[in-house]
Amino acid sequence: MASNEALLPVTSRQDPLSESRSDQIPETRRRRPIKVHLAIYSGLLLIALYVALIVTHDGSTAQHGAKDETSTESRARLAGVSEKSNDRVSKLSDDRKVEAFAWNNTMLSWQRTAFHFQPEKNWMNDPNGPLFYKGWYHFFYQYNPNAAVWGDIVWGHAVSKDLIHWLYLPIAMVPDQWYDANGVWTGSATFLDDGSIVMLYTGSTDKFVQVQNLAYPEDPSDPLLLKWAKFSGNPVLVPPPGIGAKDFRDPTTAWKTSSGKWRITIGSKINRTGISLIYDTTDFKTYEKHDTLLHQVPNTGMWECVDFYPVSKTQVNGLDTSVNGPDIKHVIKASMDDTRIDHYAIGTYYDSNGTWVPDNPSIDVGISTALRYDYGKFYASKTFYDQNKGRRILWGWIGESDSEAADVQKGWSSVQGIPRTVVLDTRTRKNLVQWPVEEIKSLRLSSNKFDMTIGPGTVVPVDVGSATQLDIEAEFEIKTEDLKLFFDDDSVEADKKFSCETSGGSTARGALGPFGFSVLADESLSEQTPVYFYVTKGKHSKLKTVFCTDTSRSTMANDVVKPIYGSFVPVLKGEKLTMRILVDHSIVEGFAQGGRTCITSRVYPTKAIYGATKLFLFNNAIDATVTASFKVWQMNSAFIHPYSPDDLSVPSRT
Amino acid sequence: MMMMMTMVMVMVSEGSIIEQTCKETPDFNLCVSLLNSDPRGSSADTSGLALILIDKIKGLTTKTLNEINGLYKKRPELKRALDECSRRYKTILYADVPEAIEAISKGVPKFGEDGVIDAGVEASVCEGGFKGKSPLTSLTKSMQKISNVTRAIVRMLL
Repeated sequence: MASNEALLPVTSRQDPLSESRSDQIPETRRRRPIKVHLAIYSGLLLIALYVALIVTHDGSTAQHGAKDETSTESRARLAGVSEKSNDRVSKLSDDRKVEAFAWNNTMLSWQRTAFHFQPEKNWMNDPNGPLFYKGWYHFFYQYNPNAAVWGDIVWGHAVSKDLIHWLYLPIAMVPDQWYDANGVWTGSATFLDDGSIVMLYTGSTDKFVQVQNLAYPEDPSDPLLLKWAKFSGNPVLVPPPGIGAKDFRDPTTAWKTSSGKWRITIGSKINRTGISLIYDTTDFKTYEKHDTLLHQVPNTGMWECVDFYPVSKTQVNGLDTSVNGPDIKHVIKASMDDTRIDHYAIGTYYDSNGTWVPDNPSIDVGISTALRYDYGKFYASKTFYDQNKGRRILWGWIGESDSEAADVQKGWSSVQGIPRTVVLDTRTRKNLVQWPVEEIKSLRLSSNKFDMTIGPGTVVPVDVGSATQLDIEAEFEIKTEDLKLFFDDDSVEADKKFSCETSGGSTARGALGPFGFSVLADESLSEQTPVYFYVTKGKHSKLKTVFCTDTSRSTMANDVVKPIYGSFVPVLKGEKLTMRILVDHSIVEGFAQGGRTCITSRVYPTKAIYGATKLFLFNNAIDATVTASFKVWQMNSAFIHPYSPDDLSVPSRT
Repeated sequence: MMMMMTMVMVMVSEGSIIEQTCKETPDFNLCVSLLNSDPRGSSADTSGLALILIDKIKGLTTKTLNEINGLYKKRPELKRALDECSRRYKTILYADVPEAIEAISKGVPKFGEDGVIDAGVEASVCEGGFKGKSPLTSLTKSMQKISNVTRAIVRMLL
């Protein structure tokens, strides 16, 4: 699906050539209709003429095109069309000279992932109500049973013993009541004191009003939680006065207050201020709305999928949502409807009046420079407390970056990220740290270990056999003759001028970078996806490190979005540069410095597929030699399939 | 007297909702002419205006598909490009448009934005398939322009 990141050749912000060429053609044809008829009968001559025409158009009309581009662009800016979307547009200019491209089924079927959760077919979006119960991890998700685009939304359902090997179950909830007739939307689970489950979810009513509804397992003794019952008194919450009927969705997991009540928060907006409403309840059926908000940030737009949870300042385990105390910080996260970015901030929660204050207001929730779980394609994320292993686990929806025509042709759209543990970075205390769940290691098959020293400007093939399903863990050291190197551990990016996007991608060479891996590459590197570090000198001769994924050359296809993603990553004194990369067909997940900065990308090569996929190590730095010490595992498929009675005979760990 | 003044004020402000909205799009004239050509335009809110334009996208898609079908006989040498265009435009008709209508009606405009953007993408890809000798240029250009204008209006809902 071509999302907000999709191509915008149309306003000619990016490509004067395409615009101008289209302008020229009708005039040309009007002038020479007879010649066109003759040309049809001249086979080879015709082709030569076409080639000549294209070449001359490119040269002669560039001027004209450029003028058009400027005037259109400035009018668009004045007109206030969001420029945020510009950041995610990929340029078509190179691709216009490439042969026109059509997807075939071989290329498309390769794109399906082997060990990421995705339904058998059709569209998926937000993760819903994740929980652990009676030996099974449950995962629900926004699902369209009818098409490979968003619509007709129901709750899909799957279970797993280990968050990796999933079994598809029947659909859990459908829009069969007036209060969810137009959609059974996102929601969250809460465990009550007696261990029973309540589910709060948003329904779009028959009159298109967004309301909150209560549901619970029909049969609590069924470990698979196949059937769900909806509370007869639904909806339990309707948009309050002052809140728009369509600005009220995605209720959170509830947490206990010190007075013994349950508390939830729901994102919304007032004009352009993103807000989080707060409600108390004892029975999940009637609620008291606070007059104050949990939090609000001006100019951030609608807050979707709000999440609120405690993290320990001192320990690296997860905490139940109700935990509070002196060694605790609280995280607010929201999905920004406007920019499709998930932002979080760390702060202090005041239980007595249900408010929260950020530690650093300059990077408050939703501000463009605020921290993100992931600097790539990652949205509508949601955490849950895994009481089985004492972890807080993060799910994130990873949409497609291709065209909807391709999604329709291949019959599916979207995957989920690999579930990650989330903890506060106990060293910096200013950011979270995420890491793929340990259970993913069960997919590791054979491995190869490498120690390589590569000089400036080198690319080295890494022979691992098949390269479409990989787990790579690597350590890098830069060798330069002179300097003492001090890495900057400030997690706030001070130097706005240098970023992955503006640094020119992986081919722009600096003294100390970029260097890293090129994944999903073909032999000739005509298609490749570099995942890399770029180290520069910041202030006070401290080194700044950015971690990037450059998808701009990932495919010859001209109908996909190919951004350069990434961000600054804190590197503390004594730390080596480390990265981990999970490659799984059309998804690449990169983790730097143990998960301080994460980047998820969607990649759609046309040549670097099946046996032709290769892995390379590269060092594009001008001065520095880099030593890389790394291990590459082949990853098995998770063989996600519909559950059958045979699966039930697997012994439970509880 | 007060009633007359109120009526005049209401009339003036009604006429300019379309104009106010269209000023915030990349093609004011196109926007105004499309919205004025629909009887619902004068009383529609922003969602309503977006839905009118999505209707226009739908109409243009059907028109283009008809044109594509006619071209198979007239320009048989263009079959491959026409096949790709047919696929792309059917995506607009059967995937993008229904997605956008549902999303905007239900108040989750971001999926509407996705559908509208994609309509422009599919038109571009179709156009590009002719490698500079397209018989559909004015239709694909129209789609790109309408897609841009519609997207700007949908973004006002976010």
